[in-house]
Parts: sequence; C-alpha cells; structure tokens
Amino acid sequence: MAQVSVQDTVLTGIPGEPRLIGGRCPDCGNHVFPMQKDCPKCTGDRIEQVELSTKGVLWTWTIQGFPPKSPPYIGETDPENFEAYGVGYVELPGEVKVEARLTENDPTRLRVGMEMELTVVPLAIDEEGNEVVTFAFQPSDNN
Amino acid sequence: MHDVAIVGIGMHEFGRHDGVTGMDQGVIAVRRALADAGAQWEDLEFAFGGSKDAGSPDTMVSRLGLTGLQFINVHNGCATGGSALISSYNAIRSGTFEIGIALGFDKHERGAFRVRTRGDNLEWYGESGMALTTQFFGMKINRYMHDYGITQNTLARVSTKAFRNGALNPMAWRRKPFSEEEVLESTMLSYPLTQYMFCSPGEGGVALVLVRADRAKEFTDNPVYLKSCVVKSRRFGSFEVFSPHLSNEFSEGPTVDASKAAFEMAGIGPDEIDLAQLQDTESGAEVMHMAENGFCEHGEQEAMIQNGETEIDGKFPVNTDGGCLANGEPIGASGLRQVYENVLQLRGDAGERQVPNDPQTAYTHVYGAPGISGVTILSK
Repeated sequence: MAQVSVQDTVLTGIPGEPRLIGGRCPDCGNHVFPMQKDCPKCTGDRIEQVELSTKGVLWTWTIQGFPPKSPPYIGETDPENFEAYGVGYVELPGEVKVEARLTENDPTRLRVGMEMELTVVPLAIDEEGNEVVTFAFQPSDNN
Repeated sequence: MHDVAIVGIGMHEFGRHDGVTGMDQGVIAVRRALADAGAQWEDLEFAFGGSKDAGSPDTMVSRLGLTGLQFINVHNGCATGGSALISSYNAIRSGTFEIGIALGFDKHERGAFRVRTRGDNLEWYGESGMALTTQFFGMKINRYMHDYGITQNTLARVSTKAFRNGALNPMAWRRKPFSEEEVLESTMLSYPLTQYMFCSPGEGGVALVLVRADRAKEFTDNPVYLKSCVVKSRRFGSFEVFSPHLSNEFSEGPTVDASKAAFEMAGIGPDEIDLAQLQDTESGAEVMHMAENGFCEHGEQEAMIQNGETEIDGKFPVNTDGGCLANGEPIGASGLRQVYENVLQLRGDAGERQVPNDPQTAYTHVYGAPGISGVTILSK
C-alpha cells in the first residue's frame, strides 16, 4: 500500500523521509508554519519557503481522549475503535513551535522538555487505496 | 465623552430548549430587558446584535417592531457579545445616540464546536485531528501547571464551585452540584481536563439596555455604570487557540492587554474590584485568567482556590452565576451573560448567590478564538 501525505505542501518526503514545510522571513528572521507569504512579526510579505528541523523539544502536550468530529477529521471516529492520541507543541530550536500529533498517548510517558523527532502516523485509506499519513513527533531514543 | 449606564437587563434561560429557536430566545431576552428598564422598543435608537449559529439578529425587528432603528449585526468569535456591548458603549459615549440595546443569542449543535478549516488552506489541520478548542485548553493548562505548580485537585475545585453556584442560579443550565471525586473521575477529554471541567456549547439569550448616564434616572433608581469596555486581539508571540505554530518568542496574550487597558480606562486597579466573571471555558482557564487579568500573581491561585477565596462569600468571588461551566456557552450571548450577572450583583438582586457586603465594582472577561479578549468594569 502506497503512503501519501495528508497535504504535500505541508508534509513532504512521503514515503521515506518526512519533512515539514514552513517559511522564513528574510527581513526579520521569523519562521512560520505552514508556509505563508505574510510575516505576522514584521508585517512584511516576502516569506520564503524552508524545510523545518526534524528534531525539537516537547513544549506542552495533551491527550485527545474522544473522537474529533468528522468532518473535518478523517481518522477513526467510531467510539468502539477510537484510540486516544497525543497532541503537543514541539519547539524546533531557532525556528518555531509546531503543533503536531504525538506517537505517545500515555501521560506518564510524556514530559515537558523531552527530546522529540519527526515521523508520521496513519490517518485513513483514500479512494485509491493509499494510506494517508500526517506528521507526528515521537520521543527520541536519547531521552 | 459621555458616561454610559445600564438600566435594563434581560435574559433567556441558558441550556437546551427544544422547539425554541435561538432567535426566539433573543427576542425574549430583549422583551425582558425592556420591561426591566421600563422602556419600549420604539424608544431605542440603535441595536447591536450578535449570534454565531442562530440567524441574523437584525431580522428580529419584524417581531419587535419596524421602527427604523439602526440595527447592526456583530460577529466576532467568542467575543461576539462583548463586541456588541463595546459597539453600543461607543455609540453612546461618542454622543451619537442616547439609548440603545446590546443583545446576543445562540443555539449550537451538541458536542464540541465543529471547526471549519475548509477554504483557508488548513484542511489538513482538521483532517489530522488537531484544530480542536479542547486540545488548546488542555495544552495551555498543562504547561501552566508545569510552570506554576497548579494541581489537578484545584482544577476540580473550580468545577465544583461553578456547579454549586449554578445550583443557586435559576437561569443556569447545569444546576446539580458534583463532588471533587465525580469531577476527577469523569471522562478524561483532553488531559489533564475531564468532562466536568469543560463547558459545553449551549443556548440562551441576553440583552442590555444602555443609556447616556444623565438619562439613567428616567429609567431606574439603581443604574449601573459602564466604567470601561475593551476588546483586544492577539499580539505576536502569544499562545492562542487554533495555532498550527507558535512563535518561540513569548508575549502576553490579549487578556493581559485588555485587562490593563480596562483598568486604565476605569482609573482603578485590580485590588478595587469586588467580584469578577472570568472566562471559564474549562476550569483551567478560570485559574489562568485570574492572573492574566491582574488579580494575583501566577501560581498564587493554588492557595487562593484551596482556601475558598473565590467562593461567593470569599475575599474575591469569581463566576458567581456558575460561569460558562454551569451556564454553557452560547457564543453570541456568553459575554453579555457575565455583564447581566454583575448588574444583578451590584443592584443587590442576585438572591441566594448575592455577594455580601454591598459590592461596588465588578469585572467581566471573555476569551476565545482566534485569540481575542473582552473586558468590562462596572460600578454603582
């Protein structure tokens, strides 16, 4: 089964090496995610596309304990089969804090400040039989 | 600049009302506010009305009277009610009008708010299982607890207070007290927040009749004055709901900005406020908003709440009507509900939940998507 990105202008390198596409303002150095031309910091409009770092530090987190409404969610919404999942902000040094799914859903195994790295998690199977994935962060081995 | 007084308040019960439209609830709130003021619909020179999901407020003229008044619809996220109020306030303050009404009503579908990310290049955000308000609140309080030592038991106490106060409020939706154990053991929706720590989208309507202060005594012996009314959006670096990214830089959120501006406008400080209604979308929000609005330092809430200081008979009563937790959140009406409660308290008409010792000043604060806060300060 082929893997496809939920949105290839946001999450690229699927399958294989996932990367998040953000932007950097050449005028003030501010980063954004996802990519947008306008800079909310300096009010310029010349932000350039960049690939963001794949490693960062967990800044805060929660556990999504109930199925989100569908639409918009395309993952599992049947309460019988739904599995809670983590969501957090991962601070990418010198760039931004990215909001992302976490591979971990056990509160006792998540803590502010732990090292995280980019990966993907499956959401759904599309009409062509592809596995749709979105980006997620997992705890690094060196925690 | 003219001073502004609130001379009439009206509310339709918050909750779930099958067979009653949101518009019906708005019209009932208006009729009750007019009756309270002893005014007629045809006396009003303007109206600002807000509703997110229950129709265009201005169409209510076909039921209340086609008098030709200036009626402007307001839609401003969770600060919709607050924005109707600030618009009304400015209309009188500027001298344009002498009397008008701020109103809001709503009726939302059951369950958490459904976020529509379609059409703004953020489809993937909702499709991926993010873009939920509940997640933002869970993540904000989780970080706050880490930074300032707030415990989950304190979050539970905020909820038990809300439902206890709600039980004393005939207009509230949820009027059954819960124990701390019941709150803590209810379904974990978004760690560390459980089901009974969250408010729900609901239904209801509120209307406030405002007049130029020099005409207040024509309508009531008991006017309440609007000393300040502020709405602020977010600045770069603040931590807000629906943010696919946050800056690594930090700045205070719109609540801090709105609060400072409101105190400056009123010419008083936080220590001169006798009671407050603070946005409690969930119990952690009430905790954080106590500090963000200047009523304590970050972290002091733990002892204040454990010591009962925010109870109706405490040193600083917060959310005396049960807040969003007990009333639910009909977006168009929610911020106006807080002002309604403060007017009742300052009039001494809050019945079983009356704050003792004749309060003279009261504060309201709303917060919501996409990073907006509204604050008012009222005085006798």
